[in-house]
Amino acid sequence: MQAFTQHTGIVAPLDRPNVDTDAIIPKQYLKSIHRTGFGSNAFDDWRYLTPGEPGMDHAKRAKNPEFVLNQAPFDRASILLARENFGCGSSREHAVWALDQFGFRAVIAPSFADIFFNNSFKSGMLPIVLSAEIVDKIFKAIEVSPGLELTIDLEHKTIRGLGDEVIEFNVDDFRRYCLLNGLDDIGLTLRHADEIKAYEARRKVDAPWLF
Amino acid sequence: MTARTLYDKLWDAHVIRSEDDGTALLYIDRQLVHEVTSPQAFEGLRMANRQPWRREAMLAVPDHNVPTLGSRADGIEGIADLVSREQVSTLDNNCAEFKIVEFKMNDIRQGIVHVIGPEEGFTLPGMTIVCGDSHTSTHGAFGALAFGIGTSEVEHVMASQSLMQKKAKNMLVRVNGHVGAGVTAKDIVLAIIGKIGTAGGTGYTIEFAGEAIEDLSVEGRMTVCNMAIEGGARAGIIAVDEKTIEYVKGRPFAPKGEMFDKAAAAWLDLHSDAGAHFDCVVELSAAEIAPQVSWGTSPEMVVPVAAKVPNPETEGDAVKANGMRKALAYMGLEAGQAIDSIAIDKVFIGSCTNSRIEDMRAAAAVIKGRKKADSVMLAMVVPGSGLVKQQAEAEGLDKVFLEAGFEWREPGCSMCLAMNADRLEPGERCASTSNRNFEGRQGQGGRTHLVSPAMAAAAAIAGHFVDVRNF
Repeated sequence: MQAFTQHTGIVAPLDRPNVDTDAIIPKQYLKSIHRTGFGSNAFDDWRYLTPGEPGMDHAKRAKNPEFVLNQAPFDRASILLARENFGCGSSREHAVWALDQFGFRAVIAPSFADIFFNNSFKSGMLPIVLSAEIVDKIFKAIEVSPGLELTIDLEHKTIRGLGDEVIEFNVDDFRRYCLLNGLDDIGLTLRHADEIKAYEARRKVDAPWLF
Repeated sequence: MTARTLYDKLWDAHVIRSEDDGTALLYIDRQLVHEVTSPQAFEGLRMANRQPWRREAMLAVPDHNVPTLGSRADGIEGIADLVSREQVSTLDNNCAEFKIVEFKMNDIRQGIVHVIGPEEGFTLPGMTIVCGDSHTSTHGAFGALAFGIGTSEVEHVMASQSLMQKKAKNMLVRVNGHVGAGVTAKDIVLAIIGKIGTAGGTGYTIEFAGEAIEDLSVEGRMTVCNMAIEGGARAGIIAVDEKTIEYVKGRPFAPKGEMFDKAAAAWLDLHSDAGAHFDCVVELSAAEIAPQVSWGTSPEMVVPVAAKVPNPETEGDAVKANGMRKALAYMGLEAGQAIDSIAIDKVFIGSCTNSRIEDMRAAAAVIKGRKKADSVMLAMVVPGSGLVKQQAEAEGLDKVFLEAGFEWREPGCSMCLAMNADRLEPGERCASTSNRNFEGRQGQGGRTHLVSPAMAAAAAIAGHFVDVRNF
C-alpha cells in the first residue's frame, strides 16, 4: 500500500451531498477483474456527454464542460472537496480505486459513508472529516481563488493553506500508523495468527454449530 | 452483569484482540462471495501465495452479471456480454482453484447472494457475516452481525477469517404498534429512512424493534435489514425469536438434531437486555405508515403515496434544497405534483430487497385476474433464486404474472443495478422493488421510484402509482 505522510495539491469542489459510489464509478466498469484502469471512468456519467462502456477509448469521448473535474485547474486536482455523506451506497472499492487512479490522494467532507471511509485507507487515500462550517469555508475560498492548494500533514493531523488558519483533523491512531507506514493489513493481522487459532478453539467448545 | 444490546453481545462474542485505540480484530464466521467484488481479492491471495484460512466458511455464487433471459442449461456460454462472461468464469476458476463451494449459474440453488445465504441456512443467528456487497446487512434479520465490505477486506477475511474493526454506536429504531393492511416491510423501512435520512445511521448499528417488527415474517425482516445501509448503517439487526428459529430449522447448512436444539437454546439469548443503553433511539408509529414511493435520487427522498412531490423552495437547509433541485431535474418531476399522477414506463419486481417467495405472492395477489397497462412497456419479475422460482411455479404464480402480461425471468440481481442486459433507457421511469434510486443506478438516465412489491404490481396495472390499499 502507498504510504501517506504529507500531501499538497489543488482542491476540486464537488458541491453535492450524498455522492454515491454508483456516481463515482458506474456499474459497467465493475466487470473488470483487475484493480487498475478505473481512472478515466471516475464520475463517468457526469464527466462525459455520451454513455460509456468498458473497452472504449475514453479519451475520444465528448467531455461535459460543466463538470468541475473537466475544468482547469481542477482537472489537475489531487484533493476532492464534497458535502455530507460522501461515498454512500454500494460497497464497491472500485470507487476508491477510481478516485485514486484519477489522481486524488485525499477527500474532504463533513461526513462519509462507513464502507467507503474504510475502503479509502486500503489504497492509501485519506478521507478527512471536517465540520460543515469549515468545509463551506473551503468551498467559498475556492470560489475566490480557484486553484487553491492545501497541504495535508497526516503526522501532525493538520491542513494548511486556508489563509493563516491551521485546520486540525482527527484520524484513528491505528489507521494513521498504518497509513504513515504504508502497512499491509493482512500481514499485520497474520502476526496474530496464534490468537485467531486460540479464539477458534474456544468457539468450537462454546458454539460448535458455527464450525 | 451490565445490560447489553444485541449488537454488544454479537460484538463481544467475536473480539479476538483489541488495540489501544479500540480497534478490534473481529472473527468472521461466514463470508459470501460473488463475481464482482472478489476477483481482485483472489488475485491478492495468489500474489502473496496465501491460502484461504477456512474455506468451508465461504459460499460463492454469481449473481450480478447473470442474464435473466434464456436457458441456464448453457451455463456461462449463455452470457452474451463477453466482459460479464469473463467475470463469471473468473469466479468459477477461482472457486475451483481455492476449493470454495460455489453454486454455479446453472445450479438450481443459484440466486442473489443475500437470498441464498438464508435460504440454505448458511446464515445463522449469532454469526458475523460479511460479503463484498453493501446489502449484506440483510442477514441481520437473523440476529447476526452482517455487513458489507470492500475488496481489500474480502481478501483480508479470506486470508485470516478476521477483520480490523472499530465498534459502531448503538441505535434503536422502534416501530410501535401495528401497520394497517397493505403496508409492508418495504414501506416500514422506507418510512424509517425518510425519517432518519440516508446518513442518519452512519456510524451506528441499527437494531429494529417494536411490535411492527415482531409482527413481520423473517422474510419481511430481511427486507428491513437489507435497507439499513440506505439509512447509512452498515449493519441492521433484529432480535431472534421463535419465528427465526423455525425459519432456520431443517435448512441444508443449518445444524441438525441435538446440535440444533443446543444452538436454538443459545440463540434465544440474542436480544437486547432490558435497560441496555442505546446512543440514539428513534420511534415511529406503525399505524401512521402508509405505502411509500420515493420521488428523488436518494432513498431518503420518499413520501406516502397520497402525498405530493416536495418543494425545494420550502426546505430551510440550503445544501439539502440544492440536492432536491438536482434530484427533481434528473427525475423530470415538478414540485407539488401528486405522486399518484406519475406515469411509469417499466416495472421491476426483484432484487435482494424484495425477491423472496412472499414478495412474489404479494405481487401476484394484486395482479391476479388483471392486465398490465398498455402504456407500461415492460413489467418484469425476477425471483431471488432458482429455489424461489421453483416454489413460485409450484404455486402457479408464474402463470398469474404471465397472464397479466408480465415477464417471468431467471434469478439474479438484474435491473436493481443493471450490470447485466436488464436496464432502463435514458428518461425511462420505473416502479422498482429494489433499494437504490441513485442517478443512473438502473441504467444511465433511468428514473427509479422505490416501492413495495404490491405497490409495483398495482402501478403496472394502473400505469401510474396508486395506493394499493384502495386498489
